[in-house]
Amino acid sequence: MDKNTYSIIGSNKSKETVERLANIIFTICAFIAVLAVLSISLYMIISGTPAIFEVGLKEIIFGTVWRPSGAEPSYGILYVILTSIVGTFMSIIIGVPIGVMTAIFLAETAPKPLAAIVKPAVELLAGIPSVVYGLLGILILNPLMYKLESAIFANSPNHQFTGGSNLLSAVIVLAIMILPTVINISESAIRAVAKDYRYTSLALGATQIQTIFKIVLPAAKSGIVTAIVLGVGRAIGEAMAISLVAGNVTNIPFPFNSVRFLTTAVVAEMSYAADTHKDVLFTIGLILFVFIMLINLILNRIMKGGKENAK
Amino acid sequence: MQNKSLYKKKPRPLDWFIHGLIYICASLSIIILACIVTYVGYRGISSISWNFITTVPSAIKGTVGIAGNIINTLYIIILTLLIAIPLGVGAAIYLNEYAKPGRVVRLIEFTTETLSGIPSIIFGLFGYVFFGVTLKLGYSILTGGLTLTLIILPLITRNTQEALKTVPDSYRKGALGIGASKWYMIRTILLPSAMPGIVTGIVLSVGRIVGESAALLFTAGSGYLLPKLGDYGEGLFKKILQPGGTLTIELYLSMEKAKYDTAFAIALILLIIVFGINLLTKYLSNKLNLDKRP
Repeated sequence: MDKNTYSIIGSNKSKETVERLANIIFTICAFIAVLAVLSISLYMIISGTPAIFEVGLKEIIFGTVWRPSGAEPSYGILYVILTSIVGTFMSIIIGVPIGVMTAIFLAETAPKPLAAIVKPAVELLAGIPSVVYGLLGILILNPLMYKLESAIFANSPNHQFTGGSNLLSAVIVLAIMILPTVINISESAIRAVAKDYRYTSLALGATQIQTIFKIVLPAAKSGIVTAIVLGVGRAIGEAMAISLVAGNVTNIPFPFNSVRFLTTAVVAEMSYAADTHKDVLFTIGLILFVFIMLINLILNRIMKGGKENAK
Repeated sequence: MQNKSLYKKKPRPLDWFIHGLIYICASLSIIILACIVTYVGYRGISSISWNFITTVPSAIKGTVGIAGNIINTLYIIILTLLIAIPLGVGAAIYLNEYAKPGRVVRLIEFTTETLSGIPSIIFGLFGYVFFGVTLKLGYSILTGGLTLTLIILPLITRNTQEALKTVPDSYRKGALGIGASKWYMIRTILLPSAMPGIVTGIVLSVGRIVGESAALLFTAGSGYLLPKLGDYGEGLFKKILQPGGTLTIELYLSMEKAKYDTAFAIALILLIIVFGINLLTKYLSNKLNLDKRP
């Protein structure tokens, strides 16, 4: 501090100004997040709604033909929405049991040296960029899927072969990508269960497995649900990893069809779309945004419920 | 019913089965990681050379390097951090030191939470419409940096907040008690004490930026050339307003064009960076825990 501020009561004006300024600046910083969420919502709505008036909400959401550049363009994205829902659901079905089992391993049954290998591996998986997952999906998963496809549909001439770029490949990539999220959140939920529960159960003669599945998991329920919801959010919003793996054709979401997700529809066509086509892509973005906001609200509910239970 | 002895355990095949299942599931993560690392390493190592990381793609010279993308990535990292660190740290200071608990804090924390749940493709669309079209920044490093700022803001805010929470209250009272003003106390006592946490947040953010792709595709664009220096080096600043593709974008584009050698080489570089960052965060959080010990 400079020499002029020795007095307690003395000339504090400049100091006070600095204090007030600091307060104001920090307050502004804090409100950036609020501002960002508000403006993202606003802009998604502003840029997503024109197409609804141009094409019609019913035609977009319930239409099944995607032909943006035809002579009579058609912008139905029912299959795209269904693909996102079905694909997310399937990846949760695969990823969550594996993730929760791994979390049980890390929190309950693992010998220390083994946990010390698995835990960093999970952390590293979480850090791998999504494009790298996509690259590996194309070069490892797709050929495998093609073999499987050829074996299954060898005798059905009506099947359109996809070369392995299908819903199933994308689902497997998504399942792997949500693993770290599910594992980390469920692990901390399982660890948060009071030790007394376990001791009581074991003392009554239950085995370790019985204790885990009948006592610990039910007690960690809200945390595991949180993990699942976060997994859904991660899976439904993933774009780059699956955009090439899924084959990118608007199609009914059957396991061996090339399909297109909400996210990949935007990634694939944004660069050259114009006019109505572009507006519809923003509508797709808006639909995705609505899904995400619903997930966020559900998450907020669960967290609040968890806190009240804790009291 | 002779074997009622406590020492005789009832065999439980189901338990063993589930035990096995748990081990299999846990080993899956390791197997997947090992597959990824070996496959990317095996395919990528042959394409990486000094030439590859120091040249730009040129049909005349016959090079396919990624120097331009590396520079672009650095630009985006630095620019994003320059904007996001003051904002994020400032927000955390407000939440932890100035605000009274109540509706406002809950609102800010809820929106921060929401922000971290929005997928990057939405940020990409928003960045394209808002920064690119409305603010007329077009496809540029600045547009990309501003978009990424929104993505890493929650990370920095949350980590700083956690770090500030671990600073004992006696530090604050002690500083205020001997006559320091609030801002002086924050500047000289709180921020240095919370530094490891803040740095952890920054390192995590760098990892997020390096791996980000969907948010950059429509905002920063896909240039791969080195910035032109200009007469006085002013080109280095002009670059901020020009498009530039990061490593991930270049990886995606070469994947689209089925140039898998380049793709794997970039993937390997990305993995090395990401794993390095992971180690660094571990080291930092260990240090943070040491500091927490009384």
